[in-house]
Amino acid sequence: MDWNFIIFSVVKVLVVFGALLTMVAYSVMAERKIAAWIQDRPGPNRVAPPFVKYLPILGPFLTRMGFFQPLADGLKSFLKEDFTPGGVKKIYFWLAPAVAIIPALMTVAVIPFGSVLGQQQMVIADLNVGILYTFGIVSLGVYGIVLAGYAANSKYPFLGGIRASAQMISYEIAMGMSVIPVLLIAGDLNLSGIIAWQTTHHWLICYAPISFVIFLVSAFAETNRTPFDFAEAEQELAGGYNVEYSSMKFALFPMGEYAAMLASAGMMVTLFFGGWTLPFWGLDQSAPSLGMGLVHILVFIAKMLFFMVVFIWVRWMFPRFRYDQLMDLGWRRFLPLALANILITAIVLWLQSGK
Amino acid sequence: MEMEVINNLINGGAVTDVLFYVFAALTLLCGVLVIANPFSRSPVTSAMFLVLTILSMAGLFVLLHAFFLAAVQILVYAGAVMVLFLFVIMLLDLKEEERRKLKLFGLLGGLVSVGTVLAIFMRSLAAIKPAGAAPQLEGSTPDLGRLLFSQYVLPFEIVSVLLLVAMVGVILLSKKKLE
Repeated sequence: MDWNFIIFSVVKVLVVFGALLTMVAYSVMAERKIAAWIQDRPGPNRVAPPFVKYLPILGPFLTRMGFFQPLADGLKSFLKEDFTPGGVKKIYFWLAPAVAIIPALMTVAVIPFGSVLGQQQMVIADLNVGILYTFGIVSLGVYGIVLAGYAANSKYPFLGGIRASAQMISYEIAMGMSVIPVLLIAGDLNLSGIIAWQTTHHWLICYAPISFVIFLVSAFAETNRTPFDFAEAEQELAGGYNVEYSSMKFALFPMGEYAAMLASAGMMVTLFFGGWTLPFWGLDQSAPSLGMGLVHILVFIAKMLFFMVVFIWVRWMFPRFRYDQLMDLGWRRFLPLALANILITAIVLWLQSGK
Repeated sequence: MEMEVINNLINGGAVTDVLFYVFAALTLLCGVLVIANPFSRSPVTSAMFLVLTILSMAGLFVLLHAFFLAAVQILVYAGAVMVLFLFVIMLLDLKEEERRKLKLFGLLGGLVSVGTVLAIFMRSLAAIKPAGAAPQLEGSTPDLGRLLFSQYVLPFEIVSVLLLVAMVGVILLSKKKLE
Protein backbone atom coordinates (compact mmCIF):
# COMPACT_ATOMS: atom_id res chain seq x y z
CA MET A 1 0.00 0.00 0.00
CA ASP A 2 1.37 3.36 -0.92
CA TRP A 3 0.10 6.91 -1.08
CA ASN A 4 -0.62 6.72 -4.79
CA PHE A 5 -2.95 3.80 -4.24
CA ILE A 6 -4.78 5.47 -1.36
CA ILE A 7 -5.26 8.80 -3.14
CA PHE A 8 -6.45 7.24 -6.39
CA SER A 9 -8.77 4.87 -4.52
CA VAL A 10 -10.36 7.77 -2.67
CA VAL A 11 -10.79 9.68 -5.93
CA LYS A 12 -12.34 6.65 -7.62
CA VAL A 13 -14.71 6.03 -4.71
CA LEU A 14 -15.86 9.65 -4.70
CA VAL A 15 -16.33 9.85 -8.47
CA VAL A 16 -18.18 6.54 -8.67
CA PHE A 17 -20.35 7.45 -5.69
CA GLY A 18 -21.22 10.81 -7.22
CA ALA A 19 -21.92 9.32 -10.63
CA LEU A 20 -24.05 6.58 -9.09
CA LEU A 21 -26.20 9.00 -7.10
CA THR A 22 -26.63 11.22 -10.17
CA MET A 23 -27.68 8.19 -12.16
CA VAL A 24 -30.11 7.22 -9.39
CA ALA A 25 -31.69 10.68 -9.53
CA TYR A 26 -32.01 10.61 -13.30
CA SER A 27 -33.27 7.02 -13.31
CA VAL A 28 -36.22 8.26 -11.28
CA MET A 29 -36.72 10.97 -13.88
CA ALA A 30 -36.43 8.44 -16.70
CA GLU A 31 -38.90 6.18 -14.94
CA ARG A 32 -41.48 8.95 -14.77
CA LYS A 33 -40.87 10.04 -18.35
CA ILE A 34 -41.01 6.52 -19.81
CA ALA A 35 -44.11 5.72 -17.76
CA ALA A 36 -45.67 8.85 -19.18
CA TRP A 37 -44.82 7.90 -22.78
CA ILE A 38 -46.19 4.39 -22.30
CA GLN A 39 -49.41 5.81 -20.84
CA ASP A 40 -49.61 8.53 -23.51
CA ARG A 41 -49.23 11.59 -21.31
CA PRO A 42 -46.46 14.22 -21.17
CA GLY A 43 -44.93 13.39 -17.79
CA PRO A 44 -42.90 15.91 -15.74
CA ASN A 45 -42.45 18.85 -18.12
CA ARG A 46 -42.50 22.17 -16.27
CA VAL A 47 -40.02 22.27 -13.39
CA ALA A 48 -37.25 24.74 -14.12
CA PRO A 49 -35.02 26.99 -12.02
CA PRO A 50 -35.53 30.71 -12.68
CA PHE A 51 -33.95 32.22 -15.81
CA VAL A 52 -33.66 28.88 -17.61
CA LYS A 53 -36.52 29.88 -19.87
CA TYR A 54 -34.37 32.71 -21.28
CA LEU A 55 -31.91 30.19 -22.74
CA PRO A 56 -32.76 30.16 -26.45
CA ILE A 57 -33.69 26.59 -27.50
CA LEU A 58 -32.00 24.47 -24.88
CA GLY A 59 -33.92 25.95 -21.94
CA PRO A 60 -37.46 25.06 -22.97
CA PHE A 61 -36.24 21.73 -24.34
CA LEU A 62 -34.60 20.69 -21.05
CA THR A 63 -37.65 21.84 -19.14
CA ARG A 64 -39.95 19.78 -21.35
CA MET A 65 -37.70 16.76 -20.90
CA GLY A 66 -38.03 17.10 -17.14
CA PHE A 67 -34.30 17.66 -16.76
CA PHE A 68 -34.67 19.68 -13.54
CA GLN A 69 -37.28 17.41 -11.97
CA PRO A 70 -34.76 15.42 -9.84
CA LEU A 71 -33.60 18.69 -8.22
CA ALA A 72 -37.16 19.51 -7.23
CA ASP A 73 -37.80 15.94 -6.01
CA GLY A 74 -34.67 15.98 -3.89
CA LEU A 75 -35.47 19.38 -2.42
CA LYS A 76 -39.00 18.26 -1.64
CA SER A 77 -37.72 15.17 0.20
CA PHE A 78 -35.45 17.27 2.37
CA LEU A 79 -38.02 19.94 3.15
CA LYS A 80 -40.91 17.66 4.08
CA GLU A 81 -41.60 17.05 7.75
CA ASP A 82 -39.66 14.10 9.07
CA PHE A 83 -42.40 12.48 11.08
CA THR A 84 -41.78 9.61 13.48
CA PRO A 85 -45.08 7.90 14.28
CA GLY A 86 -45.76 6.90 17.88
CA GLY A 87 -45.26 3.20 18.60
CA VAL A 88 -42.46 2.59 16.12
CA LYS A 89 -39.29 0.91 17.31
CA LYS A 90 -37.08 3.99 17.10
CA ILE A 91 -33.61 2.49 16.63
CA TYR A 92 -34.65 0.15 13.84
CA PHE A 93 -36.87 2.84 12.35
CA TRP A 94 -33.78 5.04 11.95
CA LEU A 95 -31.48 2.21 10.96
CA ALA A 96 -33.63 0.60 8.25
CA PRO A 97 -33.33 3.27 5.50
CA ALA A 98 -29.55 3.28 5.87
CA VAL A 99 -29.38 -0.51 5.82
CA ALA A 100 -31.54 -0.47 2.69
CA ILE A 101 -29.28 1.81 0.65
CA ILE A 102 -25.75 0.93 1.83
CA PRO A 103 -25.51 -2.60 0.33
CA ALA A 104 -26.80 -1.34 -3.01
CA LEU A 105 -24.02 1.27 -3.07
CA MET A 106 -21.34 -1.17 -1.86
CA THR A 107 -21.99 -3.65 -4.66
CA VAL A 108 -20.60 -1.25 -7.23
CA ALA A 109 -17.11 -1.40 -5.66
CA VAL A 110 -16.08 -4.57 -7.54
CA ILE A 111 -17.66 -3.88 -10.93
CA PRO A 112 -15.06 -2.83 -13.54
CA PHE A 113 -16.58 0.17 -15.26
CA GLY A 114 -13.74 0.76 -17.74
CA SER A 115 -10.36 -0.60 -18.77
CA VAL A 116 -7.64 1.84 -17.74
CA LEU A 117 -7.41 5.60 -17.53
CA GLY A 118 -3.75 6.51 -17.69
CA GLN A 119 -2.15 4.06 -15.26
CA GLN A 120 -5.25 3.47 -13.19
CA GLN A 121 -7.44 0.39 -13.52
CA MET A 122 -11.05 1.50 -13.68
CA VAL A 123 -12.37 -0.61 -10.81
CA ILE A 124 -12.42 0.35 -7.15
CA ALA A 125 -11.51 -3.05 -5.71
CA ASP A 126 -10.26 -5.78 -8.02
CA LEU A 127 -11.23 -8.63 -5.66
CA ASN A 128 -10.38 -12.17 -6.68
CA VAL A 129 -13.80 -13.29 -5.41
CA GLY A 130 -15.67 -10.39 -7.00
CA ILE A 131 -18.88 -12.25 -7.80
CA LEU A 132 -19.16 -13.82 -4.36
CA TYR A 133 -18.63 -10.41 -2.79
CA THR A 134 -21.47 -9.00 -4.86
CA PHE A 135 -23.83 -11.78 -3.90
CA GLY A 136 -22.86 -11.51 -0.26
CA ILE A 137 -23.52 -7.78 -0.15
CA VAL A 138 -26.74 -8.06 -2.17
CA SER A 139 -27.99 -10.65 0.28
CA LEU A 140 -27.59 -8.09 3.07
CA GLY A 141 -29.96 -5.72 1.28
CA VAL A 142 -32.96 -7.66 2.53
CA TYR A 143 -32.31 -6.43 6.09
CA GLY A 144 -33.31 -2.90 5.16
CA ILE A 145 -36.78 -3.97 4.09
CA VAL A 146 -37.29 -6.52 6.85
CA LEU A 147 -36.23 -4.06 9.54
CA ALA A 148 -38.38 -1.30 8.03
CA GLY A 149 -41.37 -3.62 8.14
CA TYR A 150 -40.61 -4.68 11.69
CA ALA A 151 -39.80 -1.23 13.07
CA ALA A 152 -43.01 0.36 11.79
CA ASN A 153 -44.96 -1.85 14.19
CA SER A 154 -48.10 -1.90 12.08
CA LYS A 155 -49.60 -4.60 9.95
CA TYR A 156 -49.16 -3.47 6.33
CA PRO A 157 -45.45 -2.69 6.57
CA PHE A 158 -44.96 -5.92 8.50
CA LEU A 159 -46.63 -8.01 5.80
CA GLY A 160 -44.57 -6.20 3.17
CA GLY A 161 -41.35 -6.92 5.04
CA ILE A 162 -42.18 -10.59 5.54
CA ARG A 163 -43.10 -11.01 1.89
CA ALA A 164 -39.93 -9.29 0.78
CA SER A 165 -37.67 -11.44 2.92
CA ALA A 166 -39.19 -14.69 1.66
CA GLN A 167 -39.04 -13.48 -1.93
CA MET A 168 -35.47 -12.20 -1.82
CA ILE A 169 -34.10 -15.32 -0.17
CA SER A 170 -35.84 -17.54 -2.71
CA TYR A 171 -34.57 -15.67 -5.72
CA GLU A 172 -31.07 -15.27 -4.31
CA ILE A 173 -30.71 -19.03 -4.62
CA ALA A 174 -31.88 -19.11 -8.23
CA MET A 175 -29.66 -16.12 -9.00
CA GLY A 176 -26.57 -17.64 -7.40
CA MET A 177 -27.13 -20.95 -9.17
CA SER A 178 -27.66 -19.23 -12.52
CA VAL A 179 -24.21 -17.64 -12.41
CA ILE A 180 -22.28 -20.86 -11.78
CA PRO A 181 -22.20 -21.90 -15.50
CA VAL A 182 -20.69 -18.49 -16.28
CA LEU A 183 -17.97 -19.12 -13.71
CA LEU A 184 -17.39 -22.62 -15.07
CA ILE A 185 -16.99 -21.34 -18.62
CA ALA A 186 -14.85 -18.32 -17.80
CA GLY A 187 -12.93 -20.14 -15.07
CA ASP A 188 -12.60 -17.09 -12.86
CA LEU A 189 -14.40 -15.45 -9.95
CA ASN A 190 -12.77 -12.12 -10.65
CA LEU A 191 -14.99 -9.78 -12.66
CA SER A 192 -12.05 -8.28 -14.58
CA GLY A 193 -10.99 -11.84 -15.42
CA ILE A 194 -14.46 -12.62 -16.74
CA ILE A 195 -14.35 -9.56 -18.98
CA ALA A 196 -10.87 -10.53 -20.16
CA TRP A 197 -12.18 -13.98 -21.08
CA GLN A 198 -14.97 -12.38 -23.09
CA THR A 199 -12.48 -10.34 -25.14
CA THR A 200 -10.78 -13.51 -26.43
CA HIS A 201 -14.05 -15.39 -26.98
CA HIS A 202 -17.59 -14.19 -27.65
CA TRP A 203 -19.77 -12.52 -25.04
CA LEU A 204 -20.95 -14.99 -22.42
CA ILE A 205 -24.59 -14.52 -23.39
CA CYS A 206 -23.79 -16.74 -26.42
CA TYR A 207 -22.55 -19.56 -24.17
CA ALA A 208 -25.00 -19.28 -21.26
CA PRO A 209 -28.32 -17.87 -22.48
CA ILE A 210 -30.37 -19.79 -19.89
CA SER A 211 -28.20 -18.35 -17.13
CA PHE A 212 -28.93 -14.88 -18.43
CA VAL A 213 -32.70 -15.39 -18.49
CA ILE A 214 -32.73 -16.69 -14.92
CA PHE A 215 -30.40 -13.92 -13.79
CA LEU A 216 -32.53 -11.23 -15.43
CA VAL A 217 -35.78 -12.43 -13.88
CA SER A 218 -34.14 -12.94 -10.48
CA ALA A 219 -32.74 -9.42 -10.68
CA PHE A 220 -36.29 -8.12 -10.95
CA ALA A 221 -37.26 -10.11 -7.86
CA GLU A 222 -34.12 -9.09 -5.94
CA THR A 223 -34.70 -5.40 -6.55
CA ASN A 224 -38.42 -5.70 -5.74
CA ARG A 225 -39.50 -4.39 -9.13
CA THR A 226 -42.76 -5.09 -10.89
CA PRO A 227 -43.80 -7.83 -11.77
CA PHE A 228 -42.41 -8.94 -8.38
CA ASP A 229 -42.98 -5.85 -6.22
CA PHE A 230 -44.76 -7.65 -3.40
CA ALA A 231 -42.96 -5.68 -0.74
CA GLU A 232 -44.87 -2.59 -1.84
CA ALA A 233 -48.01 -3.76 -3.65
CA GLU A 234 -49.99 -0.52 -3.26
CA GLN A 235 -53.33 -2.15 -3.92
CA GLU A 236 -52.93 -4.75 -1.21
CA LEU A 237 -50.57 -3.27 1.35
CA ALA A 238 -51.06 0.46 0.84
CA GLY A 239 -47.37 0.79 -0.02
CA GLY A 240 -45.89 -1.99 2.08
CA TYR A 241 -42.75 -1.74 4.16
CA ASN A 242 -42.32 2.03 3.76
CA VAL A 243 -45.85 3.20 4.69
CA GLU A 244 -44.82 4.77 8.00
CA TYR A 245 -41.85 6.64 6.58
CA SER A 246 -41.76 10.22 5.43
CA SER A 247 -39.33 12.82 4.13
CA MET A 248 -35.72 11.84 3.40
CA LYS A 249 -36.02 8.57 5.33
CA PHE A 250 -38.70 7.54 2.85
CA ALA A 251 -36.68 8.77 -0.11
CA LEU A 252 -33.76 6.53 0.86
CA PHE A 253 -35.82 3.41 0.06
CA PRO A 254 -36.51 4.27 -3.59
CA MET A 255 -32.91 5.49 -3.86
CA GLY A 256 -31.74 2.11 -2.59
CA GLU A 257 -34.01 0.38 -5.06
CA TYR A 258 -32.66 2.35 -8.01
CA ALA A 259 -29.07 1.91 -6.85
CA ALA A 260 -29.70 -1.84 -6.64
CA MET A 261 -31.15 -1.75 -10.16
CA LEU A 262 -28.06 0.06 -11.43
CA ALA A 263 -25.81 -2.44 -9.66
CA SER A 264 -27.62 -5.44 -11.11
CA ALA A 265 -27.61 -3.81 -14.56
CA GLY A 266 -23.85 -3.42 -14.11
CA MET A 267 -23.54 -7.07 -13.09
CA MET A 268 -25.52 -8.23 -16.12
CA VAL A 269 -23.37 -6.15 -18.44
CA THR A 270 -20.19 -7.47 -16.84
CA LEU A 271 -21.20 -11.13 -16.69
CA PHE A 272 -23.05 -11.56 -19.98
CA PHE A 273 -22.37 -8.62 -22.26
CA GLY A 274 -18.63 -8.10 -22.15
CA GLY A 275 -18.49 -5.24 -19.65
CA TRP A 276 -16.74 -2.21 -21.15
CA THR A 277 -15.74 -4.01 -24.34
CA LEU A 278 -17.18 -3.88 -27.83
CA PRO A 279 -16.09 -6.55 -30.31
CA PHE A 280 -15.11 -4.11 -33.06
CA TRP A 281 -12.83 -1.08 -33.64
CA GLY A 282 -10.32 -2.63 -31.25
CA LEU A 283 -12.48 -1.60 -28.33
CA ASP A 284 -11.92 -4.96 -26.62
CA GLN A 285 -8.31 -4.19 -25.70
CA SER A 286 -7.04 -2.20 -22.74
CA ALA A 287 -7.17 1.49 -23.63
CA PRO A 288 -3.88 2.88 -25.00
CA SER A 289 -4.88 6.51 -24.43
CA LEU A 290 -7.02 8.65 -22.16
CA GLY A 291 -9.62 9.15 -24.87
CA MET A 292 -10.05 5.42 -25.44
CA GLY A 293 -10.32 4.93 -21.69
CA LEU A 294 -13.19 7.40 -21.59
CA VAL A 295 -14.84 5.65 -24.55
CA HIS A 296 -14.70 2.38 -22.60
CA ILE A 297 -16.41 3.99 -19.62
CA LEU A 298 -19.08 5.44 -21.90
CA VAL A 299 -19.64 2.03 -23.53
CA PHE A 300 -20.15 0.50 -20.09
CA ILE A 301 -22.59 3.21 -19.03
CA ALA A 302 -24.50 2.92 -22.31
CA LYS A 303 -24.93 -0.84 -21.84
CA MET A 304 -26.05 -0.27 -18.25
CA LEU A 305 -28.59 2.34 -19.31
CA PHE A 306 -30.03 -0.12 -21.81
CA PHE A 307 -30.82 -2.52 -18.96
CA MET A 308 -32.19 0.31 -16.86
CA VAL A 309 -34.64 1.07 -19.65
CA VAL A 310 -35.59 -2.62 -19.73
CA PHE A 311 -36.24 -2.52 -15.97
CA ILE A 312 -38.44 0.55 -16.32
CA TRP A 313 -40.21 -0.64 -19.45
CA VAL A 314 -41.16 -3.97 -17.85
CA ARG A 315 -42.57 -2.18 -14.83
CA TRP A 316 -45.09 -0.29 -16.91
CA MET A 317 -45.96 -3.09 -19.31
CA PHE A 318 -46.62 -6.10 -17.08
CA PRO A 319 -49.04 -6.77 -14.23
CA ARG A 320 -47.92 -8.09 -10.88
CA PHE A 321 -47.68 -11.85 -10.32
CA ARG A 322 -49.65 -13.56 -7.61
CA TYR A 323 -47.55 -14.44 -4.57
CA ASP A 324 -47.86 -18.22 -4.95
CA GLN A 325 -46.99 -17.89 -8.64
CA LEU A 326 -43.84 -16.03 -7.67
CA MET A 327 -42.77 -18.74 -5.23
CA ASP A 328 -43.68 -21.44 -7.72
CA LEU A 329 -41.59 -19.80 -10.44
CA GLY A 330 -38.61 -19.37 -8.12
CA TRP A 331 -38.49 -22.79 -6.48
CA ARG A 332 -40.16 -25.19 -8.91
CA ARG A 333 -39.10 -23.72 -12.26
CA PHE A 334 -35.91 -21.69 -11.92
CA LEU A 335 -34.07 -23.73 -9.32
CA PRO A 336 -34.27 -27.08 -11.21
CA LEU A 337 -33.58 -25.28 -14.48
CA ALA A 338 -30.50 -23.61 -13.00
CA LEU A 339 -29.26 -26.91 -11.54
CA ALA A 340 -29.74 -28.67 -14.88
CA ASN A 341 -27.94 -25.79 -16.56
CA ILE A 342 -24.94 -26.25 -14.25
CA LEU A 343 -24.86 -29.99 -14.90
CA ILE A 344 -25.11 -29.68 -18.68
CA THR A 345 -22.51 -26.92 -18.84
CA ALA A 346 -20.12 -28.96 -16.70
CA ILE A 347 -20.60 -32.07 -18.87
CA VAL A 348 -20.07 -30.14 -22.10
CA LEU A 349 -16.93 -28.50 -20.70
CA TRP A 350 -15.67 -31.89 -19.55
CA LEU A 351 -16.22 -33.43 -23.00
CA GLN A 352 -14.51 -30.47 -24.65
CA SER A 353 -11.48 -30.73 -22.41
CA GLY A 354 -11.09 -34.22 -23.89
CA LYS A 355 -10.19 -36.22 -20.81
CA MET B 1 7.80 13.92 9.81
CA GLU B 2 4.20 13.04 10.46
CA MET B 3 3.87 11.79 6.92
CA GLU B 4 6.79 9.46 7.55
CA VAL B 5 5.20 8.06 10.69
CA ILE B 6 1.95 7.38 8.89
CA ASN B 7 3.86 5.87 5.96
CA ASN B 8 5.64 3.47 8.28
CA LEU B 9 2.38 2.53 9.92
CA ILE B 10 0.78 1.69 6.60
CA ASN B 11 3.74 -0.23 5.20
CA GLY B 12 4.63 -2.05 8.41
CA GLY B 13 1.34 -3.94 8.62
CA ALA B 14 0.23 -1.90 11.62
CA VAL B 15 -3.09 -1.17 9.92
CA THR B 16 -3.72 -4.89 9.63
CA ASP B 17 -2.90 -5.34 13.30
CA VAL B 18 -5.20 -2.52 14.35
CA LEU B 19 -7.97 -3.89 12.13
CA PHE B 20 -7.49 -7.33 13.67
CA TYR B 21 -8.04 -5.96 17.17
CA VAL B 22 -11.02 -3.90 16.01
CA PHE B 23 -12.71 -6.87 14.37
CA ALA B 24 -11.82 -9.24 17.21
CA ALA B 25 -13.20 -6.81 19.79
CA LEU B 26 -16.35 -6.31 17.71
CA THR B 27 -16.84 -10.05 17.37
CA LEU B 28 -16.56 -10.61 21.10
CA LEU B 29 -18.62 -7.57 22.09
CA CYS B 30 -21.45 -8.35 19.69
CA GLY B 31 -21.30 -12.01 20.68
CA VAL B 32 -21.82 -11.07 24.32
CA LEU B 33 -24.63 -8.70 23.38
CA VAL B 34 -26.40 -11.53 21.57
CA ILE B 35 -26.85 -13.50 24.77
CA ALA B 36 -26.77 -10.84 27.47
CA ASN B 37 -27.90 -7.43 26.33
CA PRO B 38 -28.49 -5.14 29.32
CA PHE B 39 -30.57 -2.67 27.28
CA SER B 40 -32.99 -4.90 25.47
CA ARG B 41 -34.43 -8.37 25.86
CA SER B 42 -35.86 -8.33 22.36
CA PRO B 43 -34.95 -11.45 20.33
CA VAL B 44 -34.79 -9.31 17.18
CA THR B 45 -32.01 -7.21 18.74
CA SER B 46 -30.14 -10.39 19.66
CA ALA B 47 -30.47 -11.65 16.10
CA MET B 48 -29.18 -8.34 14.71
CA PHE B 49 -26.15 -8.51 17.01
CA LEU B 50 -25.53 -12.04 15.78
CA VAL B 51 -25.49 -10.62 12.24
CA LEU B 52 -22.89 -8.07 13.37
CA THR B 53 -20.83 -10.86 14.97
CA ILE B 54 -20.88 -12.77 11.68
CA LEU B 55 -19.88 -9.68 9.73
CA SER B 56 -16.94 -8.99 12.06
CA MET B 57 -15.83 -12.59 11.69
CA ALA B 58 -15.92 -12.13 7.92
CA GLY B 59 -13.61 -9.16 8.51
CA LEU B 60 -11.21 -11.44 10.40
CA PHE B 61 -11.27 -13.90 7.49
CA VAL B 62 -10.37 -11.09 5.10
CA LEU B 63 -7.40 -10.18 7.28
CA LEU B 64 -6.27 -13.82 6.98
CA HIS B 65 -6.53 -13.49 3.16
CA ALA B 66 -9.35 -16.07 3.16
CA PHE B 67 -11.51 -14.02 0.81
CA PHE B 68 -13.61 -16.97 -0.30
CA LEU B 69 -14.48 -17.91 3.27
CA ALA B 70 -15.28 -14.28 4.11
CA ALA B 71 -17.63 -13.93 1.15
CA VAL B 72 -19.35 -17.25 1.83
CA GLN B 73 -19.66 -16.39 5.52
CA ILE B 74 -21.59 -13.23 4.65
CA LEU B 75 -23.55 -14.84 1.83
CA VAL B 76 -24.71 -17.90 3.76
CA TYR B 77 -24.87 -16.87 7.42
CA ALA B 78 -25.60 -13.13 7.35
CA GLY B 79 -27.53 -13.16 4.11
CA ALA B 80 -29.63 -16.30 4.32
CA VAL B 81 -29.59 -18.09 7.68
CA MET B 82 -30.02 -14.99 9.82
CA VAL B 83 -32.74 -13.59 7.57
CA LEU B 84 -34.67 -16.82 8.12
CA PHE B 85 -34.08 -16.52 11.87
CA LEU B 86 -35.45 -12.98 11.83
CA PHE B 87 -38.35 -14.15 9.70
CA VAL B 88 -39.34 -16.78 12.26
CA ILE B 89 -38.74 -14.54 15.28
CA MET B 90 -40.95 -11.83 13.81
CA LEU B 91 -43.76 -14.25 13.05
CA LEU B 92 -43.76 -15.72 16.57
CA ASP B 93 -45.28 -13.85 19.45
CA LEU B 94 -42.33 -13.51 21.79
CA LYS B 95 -43.70 -11.25 24.54
CA GLU B 96 -43.21 -14.15 26.96
CA GLU B 97 -39.53 -14.51 26.00
CA GLU B 98 -38.89 -10.82 26.54
CA ARG B 99 -40.20 -10.91 30.09
CA ARG B 100 -38.24 -13.98 31.08
CA LYS B 101 -35.39 -13.41 33.53
CA LEU B 102 -32.00 -15.06 33.36
CA LYS B 103 -32.06 -18.37 35.19
CA LEU B 104 -29.23 -19.34 37.54
CA PHE B 105 -29.06 -22.88 36.22
CA GLY B 106 -28.87 -21.78 32.60
CA LEU B 107 -26.17 -19.25 33.43
CA LEU B 108 -24.14 -21.83 35.31
CA GLY B 109 -24.48 -24.43 32.56
CA GLY B 110 -23.43 -21.90 29.94
CA LEU B 111 -20.38 -20.78 31.90
CA VAL B 112 -19.26 -24.37 32.51
CA SER B 113 -19.54 -25.32 28.84
CA VAL B 114 -17.76 -22.17 27.68
CA GLY B 115 -15.01 -22.87 30.23
CA THR B 116 -14.61 -26.43 28.97
CA VAL B 117 -14.34 -25.34 25.33
CA LEU B 118 -11.88 -22.63 26.34
CA ALA B 119 -9.72 -25.11 28.26
CA ILE B 120 -9.57 -27.50 25.29
CA PHE B 121 -8.77 -24.61 22.98
CA MET B 122 -5.99 -23.27 25.21
CA ARG B 123 -4.39 -26.67 25.60
CA SER B 124 -4.38 -27.37 21.88
CA LEU B 125 -3.00 -23.88 21.19
CA ALA B 126 -0.22 -24.44 23.69
CA ALA B 127 0.62 -27.79 22.06
CA ILE B 128 1.23 -26.17 18.65
CA LYS B 129 4.83 -25.33 17.97
CA PRO B 130 5.39 -22.51 15.48
CA ALA B 131 6.90 -24.17 12.41
CA GLY B 132 9.55 -21.73 11.27
CA ALA B 133 8.24 -19.13 8.85
CA ALA B 134 4.52 -18.49 8.68
CA PRO B 135 2.93 -20.31 5.72
CA GLN B 136 1.94 -18.32 2.68
CA LEU B 137 -1.64 -17.26 3.30
CA GLU B 138 -3.49 -17.10 0.03
CA GLY B 139 -6.94 -18.66 0.20
CA SER B 140 -7.55 -18.69 -3.52
CA THR B 141 -10.76 -20.39 -4.59
CA PRO B 142 -9.28 -22.95 -7.08
CA ASP B 143 -6.78 -24.16 -4.45
CA LEU B 144 -9.52 -24.49 -1.87
CA GLY B 145 -11.68 -26.44 -4.31
CA ARG B 146 -8.80 -28.73 -5.24
CA LEU B 147 -8.09 -29.49 -1.58
CA LEU B 148 -11.77 -30.16 -0.87
CA PHE B 149 -12.00 -32.67 -3.70
CA SER B 150 -8.68 -34.43 -3.13
CA GLN B 151 -7.27 -34.45 0.37
CA TYR B 152 -10.51 -33.75 2.25
CA VAL B 153 -12.98 -35.45 -0.06
CA LEU B 154 -14.28 -37.89 2.58
CA PRO B 155 -15.22 -35.30 5.25
CA PHE B 156 -16.61 -33.12 2.50
CA GLU B 157 -18.88 -35.89 1.22
CA ILE B 158 -19.96 -36.82 4.74
CA VAL B 159 -21.00 -33.24 5.40
CA SER B 160 -22.90 -33.20 2.10
CA VAL B 161 -24.80 -36.36 3.07
CA LEU B 162 -25.54 -34.85 6.48
CA LEU B 163 -27.01 -31.76 4.85
CA LEU B 164 -29.05 -33.92 2.49
CA VAL B 165 -30.44 -35.90 5.44
CA ALA B 166 -31.31 -32.67 7.23
CA MET B 167 -33.07 -31.38 4.13
CA VAL B 168 -35.13 -34.55 3.71
CA GLY B 169 -35.99 -34.40 7.40
CA VAL B 170 -37.19 -30.82 7.16
CA ILE B 171 -39.36 -31.63 4.16
CA LEU B 172 -40.89 -34.58 6.03
CA LEU B 173 -41.54 -32.49 9.15
CA SER B 174 -43.12 -29.59 7.33
CA LYS B 175 -45.16 -31.69 4.94
CA LYS B 176 -48.87 -31.97 5.59
CA LYS B 177 -50.05 -35.39 6.75
CA LEU B 178 -50.67 -37.68 3.84
CA GLU B 179 -54.14 -39.20 3.61
